[in-house]
Amino acid sequence: MTETLDGISVVLLYAAMGLYAVAFIAFTLDLARRGAARTAVESGAERIAAARAAGAAGAAGAASRPGILATLERPAPFGPERNRESPSLRVAVVLTVVGWLLHLGATVLRGVAGARVPWANMYEFAMTGTLLITAVFLGLLLRRDLRFLGAGITGLVVLMLGVATVGFRVDVVPLPPALQSYWLVLHVLVAILGTAFFTIGFALSVVQLLQARRDADPTSRLRLPAAVPDAGALENAAYRVVIVGFIFWTFTLIAGAIWAEHAWGRYWGWDTKEVWTFIIWVVFAGYIHARATRGWRGSRSAWLAIVGYSAVLFNFGIVNVFFKGLHAYSGL
Amino acid sequence: MSRSSELARPADHYDSDGEAPVGPRLGPIGWLRFAWRQLTSMRTALLLLLLLAIAAVPGSLVPQRSSDPNGVSQYRIDHPDLFPVIDALQGFDVYTSVWFSSIYLLLFVSLIGCVLPRTAHHWRALRARPPRTPARLQRMEHHTVADADGSAEEVLERAEGVLRRARYRTERYGGSISAERGYLRETGNLVFHASLVGILFAVAVGGSIGYSGQKIVVEGEPFVNYVAGYDSFTRGRLVTDGSLDPYRITLDELDVVYERDNPNAVGQAIDYTASVSVRQPGEDESQPARIKVNEPLRIDGTDVYLLGNGYAPRLTVRSPDGDVVFSGAVPFLPQDAFLFSTGIVKVPDGLEEQLGMIGLLYPTPVTLPSGALASGFPDLDDPLLSFNVYEGDLGLDDGVPTSVYTLDTEDLTQIAGRGTDVDSVDLRLGETIDLPDGLGTITLDGISRYASLEIHSDPARGWVLVFAILVLAGLLTSLFVPRRRMWVKATEEDGRVRVELAGLARGDDPGLGTAVQELAETVTGGRSATTT
Repeated sequence: MTETLDGISVVLLYAAMGLYAVAFIAFTLDLARRGAARTAVESGAERIAAARAAGAAGAAGAASRPGILATLERPAPFGPERNRESPSLRVAVVLTVVGWLLHLGATVLRGVAGARVPWANMYEFAMTGTLLITAVFLGLLLRRDLRFLGAGITGLVVLMLGVATVGFRVDVVPLPPALQSYWLVLHVLVAILGTAFFTIGFALSVVQLLQARRDADPTSRLRLPAAVPDAGALENAAYRVVIVGFIFWTFTLIAGAIWAEHAWGRYWGWDTKEVWTFIIWVVFAGYIHARATRGWRGSRSAWLAIVGYSAVLFNFGIVNVFFKGLHAYSGL
Repeated sequence: MSRSSELARPADHYDSDGEAPVGPRLGPIGWLRFAWRQLTSMRTALLLLLLLAIAAVPGSLVPQRSSDPNGVSQYRIDHPDLFPVIDALQGFDVYTSVWFSSIYLLLFVSLIGCVLPRTAHHWRALRARPPRTPARLQRMEHHTVADADGSAEEVLERAEGVLRRARYRTERYGGSISAERGYLRETGNLVFHASLVGILFAVAVGGSIGYSGQKIVVEGEPFVNYVAGYDSFTRGRLVTDGSLDPYRITLDELDVVYERDNPNAVGQAIDYTASVSVRQPGEDESQPARIKVNEPLRIDGTDVYLLGNGYAPRLTVRSPDGDVVFSGAVPFLPQDAFLFSTGIVKVPDGLEEQLGMIGLLYPTPVTLPSGALASGFPDLDDPLLSFNVYEGDLGLDDGVPTSVYTLDTEDLTQIAGRGTDVDSVDLRLGETIDLPDGLGTITLDGISRYASLEIHSDPARGWVLVFAILVLAGLLTSLFVPRRRMWVKATEEDGRVRVELAGLARGDDPGLGTAVQELAETVTGGRSATTT
């Protein structure tokens, strides 16, 4: 029974990866097309016309509200441009949603097969982690048009799932006594959630750096679609996502310390995994401080977010597998 | 006002109006002040944070004495040239090293130097009235002008009511209202940082009044909580021998359950349960109790953890005359997942020669295709105990402490087992076998399990948890409670009321624009739809 369910889970996961891969291509096509369109349209007159249209739309919106004469509020930086969106973008989002549903099925079945939460080893952690990355991305799409991140997110997810199925795949085995604790549910789930938010923050910071580079050099041949917000708006968005991740990460640290106190007899012992969790926490604390420090806003703080996320990946991919420590749960 | 806000935040804080001090010709006090301002600046705090992250890395690359002492010993053997260099740099004690400690202590000094003035400023701000309405509201980032019916006074009263209900503190300045909310944001920020200091103190206090020790306890044997009763023991500076509460724990049984059905996990342990009897000092009766891996036993402010397990064969060695010269359970160290284990038996007295034996225990013996023996399952199924036997000088009389888990064979002659003509001494449960050279006999009376227990006392632990929870609570409020100022100005023009609204945020506040719009709609809307 266990093996049958796990077998179905694997099939579903491969199907999800296939859909994510096609979604990645569709997202990329959209980026390429709109990048090209932007360079073609970018003559001054057209920009002014576009700005006028946007202004008119804003005035109409304001007039529809009673009592408001005029508004000097800036147009929303993430204002949707749905009238100009390409079919491949819509296809990409639909594919991602369907892929996510299959991915969800695969993860739930894996949990049912093991009769426990599906995040007790690296394979399952990667599976649930990528599921939540996609979920956070799709969830944020409901509030803002972040579809320009689609190529980056789906690409990353396919890559991670590929590594997980090839490198980390293990059969369902019972939980060792050390993992038989409700803290496994809380501590690890929140760690995965934190990781998911850091991933989105990372993607936004990368795009922010690209925008900043393009802004700094008007002759740059770097092409980004018009729907991509400016570097400042990207920085604000990244910050908001990262602070959510940071709070989850703080909780992970505290919950991990409580669990360590239950299982190992001390709340903190500088185990390799603890060290890296601490390093990540400190780097993102630095990121948050950088936002409040003159001369550190902008690209510098974006680099900090990227460094922090690299540490997250290192903590998962390298520390788990190659470092000696008490968190030897990889199952490899 | 400007002086106090300079005090409030480091000069290089993004929200600060202060100028970075650039002072020519500084006196000694000036230099001190300059150094202090540098130390408590945002930039220094940021650099110290990044330094702290970098400084923590080496401790994950090199084994640490605190968490992995065996790894350190092994490192000394594997890298004899590198070892003294790293040791001199305190690379095996990174987290107590001078350089790591200096970084975090500087960071905390910087933090305190930043938090104290901010606390004072916040204290004043909490009791001050919202600031005077600026003359030119249109310079604010979020600014709206609207039209309303009625009188200016009515509009202002309505606005005041709405703002108060939204938990703003309001103040009238002529024809305008100045309102402020979100003081909790700064409170949370200060609580967060102060709690970090609290954690540091609680950890330091816990380190000096706490202790921990390990003890291997064989089934049926007792353990008494006193310093000499431990196999290894570490304690804080303030812990005396008398600080330990001499309770007594007897390990009645260690029950282990292994997976037998799942073909991918045969032999994996799925449960350890230690049944113990606890006798408190001064009491005659023992109380039964249970210890599991994630369920420590709490006794008298200490916690008893079940950290490891293994087999301890119960052996009796007799001289040729039948006198018992050795008797007891010898803990063997597990070598693999199926509990193939090795152990040492030393018989110093009672025989013609001192006797040393290296034992190999196969709980469930299987023969590999190569002909070698191995263990095929961790439980006992007709177990086999095989000894290589040595005679000579055990080296116990030199006064140098020796480990019970190693046998120094330098002054010994092997008389049985691999590498000699004599077969190793192989024992099954209950068997008695003659030792070579007519030295005597050895009996395997049985095999018990042992538990590796760890006892911890950390009285400050609760405080660490309290501060950790405050850290989280402070973080949540400081990041998600918006700190906002709102201004509403009403002037009567041509029988209508012109309402001007503006908002200003301290820190990141994505919802401010919407908040200004909504306030405008509530104050002017509903009753007046006459404007365009």
